[in-house]
Amino acid sequence: MISIPLEIQLMFAGMLFLIGLTGLLVRRNVIFMLMSIEIMLNSAGLAFVMAGTHWMKTDGQAMFIFILTVSAAEVSVGLALILQAFHHYKTLDADAMSKLKDKKTIQL
Amino acid sequence: MNAIFFIAAAVAIISSLLAISNKNAIHALLFLILSLLAISIIFYITGSPFIAALEVIVYAGAIMVLFIFVVMMLNVGSEKQQESRWLSPRIWVMPAILAVILFATFMYALSSMKPIQREVQVIGPKQVGVTLFTTYLIAVEISAIMLLAGIVGAYHLGRRKKSVVHRFLKKEEKRVLTNIPS
Repeated sequence: MISIPLEIQLMFAGMLFLIGLTGLLVRRNVIFMLMSIEIMLNSAGLAFVMAGTHWMKTDGQAMFIFILTVSAAEVSVGLALILQAFHHYKTLDADAMSKLKDKKTIQL
Repeated sequence: MNAIFFIAAAVAIISSLLAISNKNAIHALLFLILSLLAISIIFYITGSPFIAALEVIVYAGAIMVLFIFVVMMLNVGSEKQQESRWLSPRIWVMPAILAVILFATFMYALSSMKPIQREVQVIGPKQVGVTLFTTYLIAVEISAIMLLAGIVGAYHLGRRKKSVVHRFLKKEEKRVLTNIPS
């Protein structure tokens, strides 16, 4: 059977998390930002399940189910917000939705 | 068997990288689905088949279909000038360097662990269900309430604003408007 040490599995989860974080920092399209948040949530669940199977506990899988629930609710509300923002601003650019920003501090 | 883990991990990482750096939204979503399927393989071979099935059914089957429906509704095929300017390598340098620094510290912290190798033992859905409905029962109920709030919120936000709520009110409004000039 398979015998992967826990460190390598956790390194894999951390790599996926950092890919999601980089995407969230770089992209300005709101759909891509939501997708990056999905990658980050998924990698957190991956780390939970890996640690849970390593110590022969079912708690990791229970936590993954809760993360799945949170991600489903977050995606449904987030996509509805994206639809409304697209109808209002006619674009998906996150920089266009900066009505609250102070005009004087924009010029760097 | 260890090779399967590394192949699936490589596929997941490469397809995640392609998903966040693609210009076309549909292509990025397809790469993300590929990444989720690879992660599901990893769940399966490391001894949690229930979570692997949930990953395919809920993540790749439900959440990604929501994304695809929204992309189809918004009808955004090709991106604008702004987004392609943001996708130049100059923009990617700083977040990538920060992420690499974080990853290096994480690797250092993990490599100082004591290496423990243990054979995989499968944890089935029955044990997970018993844990969910005994230890985490209140969390299950709270997440049910949160899903209900999510459904109601998504319906309320996604509804198109109508001009007139009811047809009787519409007639009333017309009558009032026609009465005013006369």
